[in-house]
Amino acid sequence: MVQPEVRLVAVVASKHGLHARPAIQLAETAQRFVSTIQIVKDDTAVDGKSVLQLLTLLAEKGTPLLVVARGKDADAAAAAIVGIIETEETTTNP
Amino acid sequence: MKFSEFISSKSIKVNMVSEGKTEAVAELVQGLVDAGSLDAAQKDGIIQAVMNREELGSTGIGRGVAVPHTKHSSVKEIVGTVGVSKSGIDFRSLDGDKVNLFFMLISPPDRPSDHLRALENIAKQLQNESFCGFLKQAKSVEDVVQLLNEADENHFGS
Repeated sequence: MVQPEVRLVAVVASKHGLHARPAIQLAETAQRFVSTIQIVKDDTAVDGKSVLQLLTLLAEKGTPLLVVARGKDADAAAAAIVGIIETEETTTNP
Repeated sequence: MKFSEFISSKSIKVNMVSEGKTEAVAELVQGLVDAGSLDAAQKDGIIQAVMNREELGSTGIGRGVAVPHTKHSSVKEIVGTVGVSKSGIDFRSLDGDKVNLFFMLISPPDRPSDHLRALENIAKQLQNESFCGFLKQAKSVEDVVQLLNEADENHFGS
């Protein structure tokens, strides 16, 4: 059976970019889903469940990221990940 | 951003003596103060700022690595240090493992992209198991400096 695949684009909203805290939050959220989750910036795709890989994206504020979720909970997973990428931050400390 | 652009070699600690989280942060900040990279008068404020950041969520990102950091107005450019603990320190990491390897970053408030570029380099190099393994086994500051230089010269791939 073909696994469902969901692709959504999200723009990094944090003024600090996708730094440690959102990367950790994103990976922790991704790990709760059975779907595989890839985050794609330009032609680089990384595992959304790996904090280290996410930090190498160098995704600054305003960067569009493609979220690709594959698996039976792909819909919910992609929506949750997009929510994190598009959350603005109110704290001043990264 | 290469390690040589933000890591203060003189502040590197290879035999951390701390056992607790706050103590470890203080030991790393003290190293930066002793190296002249941070103003001694700001030490307590910087330790507090790093701990405040940790309360928002541990920077212990797993695999025995933590990246404690903060912004602080007393620095004009990003400064960082490396700490190695042989016994490991409980840093309330994501995976619950003790931390053997610390990369601390203190950045000026108005330079978010430098902070992101420094984190990117740390994350990129740490994905290389040889680099990570050799660093954890470093016996002297010179060993760490050499590894960082080799990483800057792309000896570890990626």
